[in-house]
Amino acid sequence: MTAISPRTTSLYSRHLAAGAKLGDFAGWQMPLDYGSPRSEHLAVRASVGMFDVSHMGQIEVAGRDARELLTWALTNNLGAIGPGQGQYTLMLTDDGGVIDDLIVYALLDRYMLVVNASNRNACWERIQECAAGRDVEIADRSDEVAMIALQGPEWMNALGPLVGSPSPLGLEYFEITEDMVAHVPALIARTGYTGEPGVEIMCPWESAPRVWDALLRGAVPAVPAGLVARDTLRTEMGYPLYGNELSRDRGPIAAVLSWACDTTKFGFAGAETVERDLANGVAEKLVGVIFDEPGIPRAGQDVLIGDRVVGVMSSGTLSPSLECGIGMAYIASEFAIVGTEIVVDVRGRKRQAHVARRPLVARSPRTD
Amino acid sequence: MAEETYPEDLRYHREHDWVRVEGDEAIFGITWFAQDALGEVVFYEPPAVGSTVSADATYGELESVKAVSDIYAPADGEVIAINDAVVASPGLVNSDPYGEGWLLRVRLTNPDAVSALMDQAAYTAYLAGLGDA
Repeated sequence: MTAISPRTTSLYSRHLAAGAKLGDFAGWQMPLDYGSPRSEHLAVRASVGMFDVSHMGQIEVAGRDARELLTWALTNNLGAIGPGQGQYTLMLTDDGGVIDDLIVYALLDRYMLVVNASNRNACWERIQECAAGRDVEIADRSDEVAMIALQGPEWMNALGPLVGSPSPLGLEYFEITEDMVAHVPALIARTGYTGEPGVEIMCPWESAPRVWDALLRGAVPAVPAGLVARDTLRTEMGYPLYGNELSRDRGPIAAVLSWACDTTKFGFAGAETVERDLANGVAEKLVGVIFDEPGIPRAGQDVLIGDRVVGVMSSGTLSPSLECGIGMAYIASEFAIVGTEIVVDVRGRKRQAHVARRPLVARSPRTD
Repeated sequence: MAEETYPEDLRYHREHDWVRVEGDEAIFGITWFAQDALGEVVFYEPPAVGSTVSADATYGELESVKAVSDIYAPADGEVIAINDAVVASPGLVNSDPYGEGWLLRVRLTNPDAVSALMDQAAYTAYLAGLGDA
């Protein structure tokens, strides 16, 4: 059997130099941690960290029918954003399953979709399919665009000295602008996946090391953080992760993402299922989970009330902020109420927990 | 994190657990190799004091953020103490795997059986073999 060797980003040598433990993620050799995922997590919460997320995909859609195509292919209200703004949205199958969750940015002359690495091909195929018969130009820029997420309350002090103008520092949440970062042309978006304020910087693939080095050596150095910390940070926020909370087997309503679905618009792919689920309700819903005793939940473990299995954990970890087990679960809708006492079967040990409001950890007040 | 070492005064189990014999008692822990493979330890689930552990059987779990690892007893015995410091600060397993990061103190059922385990030379050769696999 021939193993397909995983791809590396342009920051690979930086990761090695920083002592990263590397692991395979969606076909990419990515930094899992740089020694202590807990410290990296806490650095993002307390000061500022940076993540190489160059494995994520970027798909551009331009042309006369670009807006019409994306209004059909994506669930949210695209009309609500204009140039310089982004929006969290979903791409659904015709049956209403989730192909991906993503951010669509409106730029001056085009739209840009930032998609999960694991779904890059699926999104590209779907956009190609939707492009048929429409006056659009589409391009997969994933191999040309690197991405660094700079996240944490000190992000402005880390980025400020490196940008060409003050405008990136004045961005509102989910806004995007073009500027120079460390003399590299970049798109800078006030987005992230940590619950902390910060930006995601997209720049030419080969220029990412220059941006990375500048952030590393800045007046307020950004702490390199790996995918493990990224996962604990997003779990504390209760943000869904494709493959854990989201899949083609479940729709957006069960995932409590109705807010990202604009059912007032004329139509979108998968809308019938979304409208049906809204009208009839769904059997299971996604909830946050916090442990009331020691232990760490893991994806796939049963959630019980009494002796009855009422759901399954979709994500689980130890929260570095709360220092207890946390996660998310799909549970029978009648129990999806904040405060409901549940038990998680952690490899045969029954752990007391409760359904908790998301975010599980208070978001930084400076996020938006 | 600690430097990679395998002390000479210990005996080693193939599941990367160590045992330090002190008369008819012994201390158990996991090796540098095991803690490095597991990554930053964030949770230790110890057995109860007074319970018995059996050679080659699991007696507890260590968890990192992403993974769970069973801990194997290198020898038979009765648990006489657990390391509460590791329960409170599991990272001690990473920072000092043979010292403050010990996991269990047991009264050995058969202290002589420990000599059948690998010594330092055998264990490091075993690790080298794993690297070649």
